[in-house]
Amino acid sequence: MSALWLAMALEDPSTYDMLDADGWNAVIAAARAEQLIGSLAVRLEGLTIPAARIMADARASAEQGRVAALWEAEAARRALAPLGVPIVLLKGTAFVAAGLDAGRGRSIGDLDILVPREHLDAVEAALLAAGWEWVKPDPYDDAYYRRWMHELPPLIHRERDRMIDVHHTILPPTARPTPDAGALIADAVALENGLFVLSNEDMVIHAAAHLFADGDLQGGLRNLWDIDRLVREFVERDAGFLASLTQRAAMHDLSGAVARALRLARRIYGTPGGGEPVASDALFARRLLARDGWGRLRHKGTEFGFYVRSHWLRMPPAMLARHLWTKFRKK
Amino acid sequence: MRYATTLRIGPVGFRIGSDWRSPVDQLRDLYRDYPQPSDGIVDFNVRLFAARPWRRFVRPSVMIGGDFTIPDAAPLPLAQGLLAAEMGMNLQMALAQRRYLLLHASAVERDGRALLMTGESGAGKSTLAALLMTRGWRLMGDEFALLDPASGQIHAFPRLVSLKNEAITVMERAAPDGRFGPLLAGTPKGDIRHLVPDAAAIAAMDRPATPALLLFPTYGQASDVRVVEPAETFVRLTQASTNYVAMGERGFDALTGLVARLPVRAIDYPDTDTALALVERLWGEVA
Repeated sequence: MSALWLAMALEDPSTYDMLDADGWNAVIAAARAEQLIGSLAVRLEGLTIPAARIMADARASAEQGRVAALWEAEAARRALAPLGVPIVLLKGTAFVAAGLDAGRGRSIGDLDILVPREHLDAVEAALLAAGWEWVKPDPYDDAYYRRWMHELPPLIHRERDRMIDVHHTILPPTARPTPDAGALIADAVALENGLFVLSNEDMVIHAAAHLFADGDLQGGLRNLWDIDRLVREFVERDAGFLASLTQRAAMHDLSGAVARALRLARRIYGTPGGGEPVASDALFARRLLARDGWGRLRHKGTEFGFYVRSHWLRMPPAMLARHLWTKFRKK
Repeated sequence: MRYATTLRIGPVGFRIGSDWRSPVDQLRDLYRDYPQPSDGIVDFNVRLFAARPWRRFVRPSVMIGGDFTIPDAAPLPLAQGLLAAEMGMNLQMALAQRRYLLLHASAVERDGRALLMTGESGAGKSTLAALLMTRGWRLMGDEFALLDPASGQIHAFPRLVSLKNEAITVMERAAPDGRFGPLLAGTPKGDIRHLVPDAAAIAAMDRPATPALLLFPTYGQASDVRVVEPAETFVRLTQASTNYVAMGERGFDALTGLVARLPVRAIDYPDTDTALALVERLWGEVA
């Protein structure tokens, strides 16, 4: 229940009049568990509510997170500038760097960047020279990342203790859809500091791909909130945005994921766009809204089902069997 | 959760849920004179839960969870459930407190002015604060002092005083009328027994105080007093704060502001009587 209240309040803050103290405590616990407390706090700013002190703390915390994320992007820019390679910011850092609504109050963990695949080795070497180190010492994991993933094994900066994920595309090469990585970079938009962000359409497509064509939907309510904020802002700027989004999604082989994202965003946040619901949407919504009054995940069966699905999406069956066997033997 | 209770310590409201009755009953008893969270809204949730459903009954062991968790926190036996709850509350503060700069220090107050004591584990900051409480000082907290970046004042966080090993007998003797929790033997930190702060500490928990003296006590050496320069104090306090980095510029401003105006001494003491005499002397001289 609490995740549903959270979603309702994000969409329409006036629904908060209905909440008593227990309701607030449940919503705050769910918002923390989904890393949406900062986004919620931004939505509720200025309202007279009993949780005002907690929301003020969350806004201050998100603001500090924004400053730290931009500083981390700047650190990467300085380390990589000599290479002359386009560096595209992704996810939360991109939202705040571009000043988008989706960045307001958003929690930001790792720095995610996208670079052309042919420059991956040079980028990695430059980061290692500038103080980043490998996180995964395991040779199987390392080899797996390099051969089969859309990103380098994660690196962490030894002084600032912040992770960087260096992507060369937005889905693992083993996944069935194959987005056009060249087009992602070719159409990226330059910021004043020389870094790039994805085009508006690709930003939404990346969020949708991350949510529905990869991963087990953990933290999905936040990803879906990103999609809501992005779509609303881009539709407001350009009435033809949804049409160009659909076209671009087809080019990236991601029409299904984007359509699913728009349907669920509409169902949960009232986002503009999105076609007629299909039956399986209910199962996705059940997974996305599975938080109880203490912020715990409910529906363990649904959760496990989506975990299995995430592996199924990521790898062909024979490869999945080999991967699970290797992981099993290492336990 | 099956069992739950709420309470407030200083400005911070907690909700503690548990799969078992006993930790919640112990919290209710020991915190019975504490107020409820403001407006019923809690700042943090703590969850004590069984790793597997059957572990509620078979060799019950308590996992510590909450709004904020660390990946590999070791579970505790159910007999130490009260300690698990206290650790869970401390963990929420250490990981997620953002309104106040958190100083890992004990604090006592007299005449609206606060004495802070910080140091390594085993330096005696909890014991000294508890002893000063029995001698007319107001206990503000034995673990965390909350520095308000807006006002520069210290806010109290008078949770149960956590007494370890020899400190247990010291305080049983010094506070014969004190309310103590159960003796928790053989915890990861040795024997632990909690002492409820006295009525004055609880009644005044919402009253902040102006920081007036900071001490770095060290136990086990011949009696000595040394002036600590602001630069050293600053560095040591950044290490003694769990949220200094996360607070960003606000944390830096609060800490430099504190260090610039506060007299600071390192004191060595061979026994608690010497320490208490040193504290009273320095309080009269430099605070």
